Amino acid sequence: MKLIFELSKPGRGNQVLTPYYSPLASREPEIPEADIPAAFQRKQAPRLPEVSENDLSRHYNLLARRSFGVCDGFYPLGSCTMKYNPKINEVIANLFKFTDIHPLQPKHTTPGCQTVYALAEKYLCGITGMDAMTFQPAAGAHGEFTGILLIKAYHASRGDAGRKTIIVPDSAHGTNPATAAMCGYNVRSIASTPDGMVDLDALRAAVGPDTAGLMLTNPNTIGKIDKNILEITQIIHDAGGLCYYDGANLNAVMGVARPGDMGFDVCHLNLHKTFSTPHGGGGPGSGAVGCKDILKPFLPASALGETASPQSIGQVKNFYGNFLVVLRAVAYLMTLGNSGVREAAQTAVLNANYMKQKMEQAGYVCAYPGICMHEFVLDLAKLKKETGVSALDVAKSMLDHGIHPPTMYFPLIVHEALMFEPTETESREVIDEVCEVMAGILKTAYENPDACHTAPHDTVIGRPDETKAARNPVVRYQFDA
Amino acid sequence: MSSYLCSTSDERQAMLAELGMKSMDDLFVDVPEEVMIKGPLNLPNPKSELEIRRTMESLADQNVRFRTILRGAGAERHYIPAAVTRITSNEIFVTAYTPYQAEVSQGILQSIFEYQTMICELTGMDVSNASVYDGGTAAAEAAAMCRDRKRSKILVSETSHPDVIGVIKTYCFGSNTEVVMVPAKDGVTDLDALKSLLADDSACFYVQQPNFFGMLEDCGALGEAVHAAGAKFVMGVNPATLGVLKSPRDYGADVAVGEAQPLGLPLSWGGPYLGFMACTTAMMRKLPGRIVGETTDDKGERAFVLTMQAREQHIRREKASSNICSNQALCALTASVYLAEMGPRGLAEVGQQSYSKAHYLANELCKIEGIKLVHSGEFFHEFVTTLPDSYRVLNALELKGILGGLPVKDGVLWCVTEFCTKADLDEAVAIIKEAYGK
Repeated sequence: MKLIFELSKPGRGNQVLTPYYSPLASREPEIPEADIPAAFQRKQAPRLPEVSENDLSRHYNLLARRSFGVCDGFYPLGSCTMKYNPKINEVIANLFKFTDIHPLQPKHTTPGCQTVYALAEKYLCGITGMDAMTFQPAAGAHGEFTGILLIKAYHASRGDAGRKTIIVPDSAHGTNPATAAMCGYNVRSIASTPDGMVDLDALRAAVGPDTAGLMLTNPNTIGKIDKNILEITQIIHDAGGLCYYDGANLNAVMGVARPGDMGFDVCHLNLHKTFSTPHGGGGPGSGAVGCKDILKPFLPASALGETASPQSIGQVKNFYGNFLVVLRAVAYLMTLGNSGVREAAQTAVLNANYMKQKMEQAGYVCAYPGICMHEFVLDLAKLKKETGVSALDVAKSMLDHGIHPPTMYFPLIVHEALMFEPTETESREVIDEVCEVMAGILKTAYENPDACHTAPHDTVIGRPDETKAARNPVVRYQFDA
Repeated sequence: MSSYLCSTSDERQAMLAELGMKSMDDLFVDVPEEVMIKGPLNLPNPKSELEIRRTMESLADQNVRFRTILRGAGAERHYIPAAVTRITSNEIFVTAYTPYQAEVSQGILQSIFEYQTMICELTGMDVSNASVYDGGTAAAEAAAMCRDRKRSKILVSETSHPDVIGVIKTYCFGSNTEVVMVPAKDGVTDLDALKSLLADDSACFYVQQPNFFGMLEDCGALGEAVHAAGAKFVMGVNPATLGVLKSPRDYGADVAVGEAQPLGLPLSWGGPYLGFMACTTAMMRKLPGRIVGETTDDKGERAFVLTMQAREQHIRREKASSNICSNQALCALTASVYLAEMGPRGLAEVGQQSYSKAHYLANELCKIEGIKLVHSGEFFHEFVTTLPDSYRVLNALELKGILGGLPVKDGVLWCVTEFCTKADLDEAVAIIKEAYGK
C-alpha cells in the first residue's frame, strides 16, 4: 500500500482553523497578524502530507486492517498479558472533564483527578502489600528505573556508598539489567537452577557488602512461582540489600499473594498488562511504583505541581504520569471489586494450565513440568532437531490461522522457546480451537516442514528481510528531490 | 461474572476436573502458605457498568473544565480536529501490542515509519525514533546519548522547563553524571556564561526554543559556542511552532527532542503525552527506543520492521542505550494523524495564529497600569508579565471560567494558542481591568 506521503498532492488539505484574510474570517475584525522576526522564521516548510480528510480516513483504516489487536483474535504473548480491554474504560477516559484538564490548574479545581490517584493508590497498595505508590512512571521499564533509584537514594541517605551491585537472575527480562545499568549499578547475573528457580547457593555466594539489591519477577519468566521466595528476600535483606519486584507477571497472583508479604520493598505494576488498559500498539502504559514506608521519602514529585519530600529522587517524568491510563485501571478495579481480582488471577492460571495440558497432549514439550502460573514455556528443541522446524517457523505458521504468536525466544535460558499467556479473558472454546491448530502445525512440521519454513502464506507480506533493514537503515520516507 | 471472564463457573469447574483438580486453590499449591492472602482485599464490592459510569462521571464533574485557558508551561490547549479523535480510537490501533510480528503488524509499523518521517521533516533531522514517554524523558535520554568517558558533564539552560530540568537531574543522579546549570539573563540563556562553563569535559548543552518563559533564544550563537567547545548541541522544541519557526537542524543541533502534546493530544491532567527524539545520522546508533525501518519481504515487496534492535535492552541487556521498552505509540499515531490532517499550511496557521494572538494579548495587558513584560527580547506564544495582586486577579478570571497564566518567580507566565478567539482574550483583559477597579 502507499505511504501517506505518496497520497499527497500540492494544494490539498482541510479547513480546520479559521484562517486570516479569507472570506471565512470576514465575519469579525480579526486580530492583526503579527510578523515573526525573519531571523527566527523557517525558510522551507516541512513536507507534511497534503491530503483530503477522506483520503486520510481511508489510509488509516487500511493501516488498521493491516494490524492485529486483541479485538482480532487470540493474542497469547507471554509476559504481555494481552487481556480484553473493556469498552467502558475507554468511554470514561474520553470524558471532557478528564481530558480537558490542565495539569497546572489550581488544586481545588481538580479534586476528581486527585481522587482517581488516591483510589488507585489505595487499591493497588492493597493488592501489592505496599505502603505508598507513585504514578509518575509511564511504563514498566520506567517504573523499574524509578524503583531502583529509590533503592539507590535509600542507600545514599544512609551514607552506605559501597553498594554498587544489583543482582538479576539470568531468566530476567532485558529491562532489568538495562535498568540497573542506567541507575549506575554493576549487574551480577546469577544462573537459575535446572527447574528455573533462583539458585539459593548461587545467591548466597553472590551477596555481600556491595549488594544494593535484587530484581526479581515472581512468578518468574518461565511461569513458575519461586517456592523459596521468603528465603530469597531474607538472604538479600541479611546482606543489607533491598528487594525489587518486577510486576510484569502480577496477573497470576493478584488477590492471591502480595509482593509486600513476599519480602519485597518496592515493585512496579504494568497497568497496561495486569489492569486491562490497552497497549495502543506499544504504549502509552503506566508503570506505577509501590514501596514500603522506608522508601516513601524518596518517591518522585513534579517540580511545578507537587511538594516533594527533601529526600525525593526528583521527578522521572513531566507532571504526574499517564493519568488517563491510571483512570482506566481504577475503573477496571472498581468493576472487578474485591472478589473479581482474585477470580481473574485464578482463571488466568486455570486457562494457562488447561492450555498447557492440551499442548502436551498434542505432542508439544513444555520446558518445565508441573503446574504453571499464568503462562508456560514450550521448548521446541526436539522438534527442531527432528524436523528442522524452529520456534520461529511455528510462530509464523500460526499467523496463517489468525492467531497471534506467543513470545518467541524468551526466556533466554530456553533456546527454542515459545511462551504462551492465554489470560483469563479467553473462553475454553478459543483455547481448544487454538490447541487444535497447534496440533495441526506440529503434524505439518513432520510431514511437510517446508510449509512451516515458508510461512506465513496468507498475510499481507511474507517474512521481511530484517538483516537488510539493519545493515542499510531506511528509517524515513525519501522524497524525490 | 464481574471480571470480563468468558467462562462460567461450571465451565471452569469442568476445566479443573480435566486437570485432575478440585478447586482453584489446587492451582496455587506452589505458593508458600505464609504469603497467601487470608483476608479480604482493600477493594469495594464489584460494580456494574452503569454504576462505574455514574461513579466516574461524578468524579469527572468535580473537576473544573475552563472555557478559556491562558496557561501553558508544558501543556497547551490546541484545537484537536475531529478526524484525529475518531481515527485514533480505532479498536485495532488501541488494542494492538508492540509490532513484534511484522507480517500482521504492517499497519502499525507503517504508521510509525510515517511518524518518524514527519518528525524528521519538522526538526530537519535525519533519524527519529518511534517515541519516548514525554518531553522531559526525551531530553534526559538525549543527554545520555551525548555522554561518554571523556565528556561527562551535561549543561542545561536555566531557561528550560522546570520539570524537564528535574527529569534530566534525576536521570543524571542514576548515571552519576554531573549537571551544570547555565544561568539566564533577561529571560534567555546567558551566552557569555555558557562559553565560560563549556569545557573539555562538557558532553552537551540543552536549551529550549522557545524557552520556558516563551522567549526565542539565539540558538545560532548558542550552537556555535557549543560546537566550538566540541560538545553536542541538544535542542528541545515545541512542534506546534515548527510550521513557522526555524528547525533544530537550521541551528546545527545534533539531537532534537520535545513534547508533542500540542500535536492533537488532550491536556489530560498531564498525560499521556508524547516525547519525540531525532538526531543526525552520525548519532543514529545511540538513539534509544524502537525504530522502524523499511525493507522487503520474501517476494521483494516493500515491508516495514522494527530495526537496529542491537541497541535495545532485550538484546543488549545491561549494555543497551536505554531500558525503554513500551513507549507512547498511540500518542505518536495521534500526532501523525494530526499533522496529516493539518498539513503544512494548517501547522503554519497554528504557529502564526498562536504567535499573533499571544502578541495581541501581551499588548492589551500592557495597556493596563502596573502590567508590563518582564523580559525585553522576542517571544513566541508564551510570555511573562508582572501582575500586581496576582492571586486576586487570577481568582477573578477563574470565577469567570478562565484559567489565567501560571505564577512564576518574576510574574505570571501566559500562553495563547490558536484555540483562543479575540473575544476570549478581550474578555480576559476586561476582567483583569475590572479586578483592578478600572
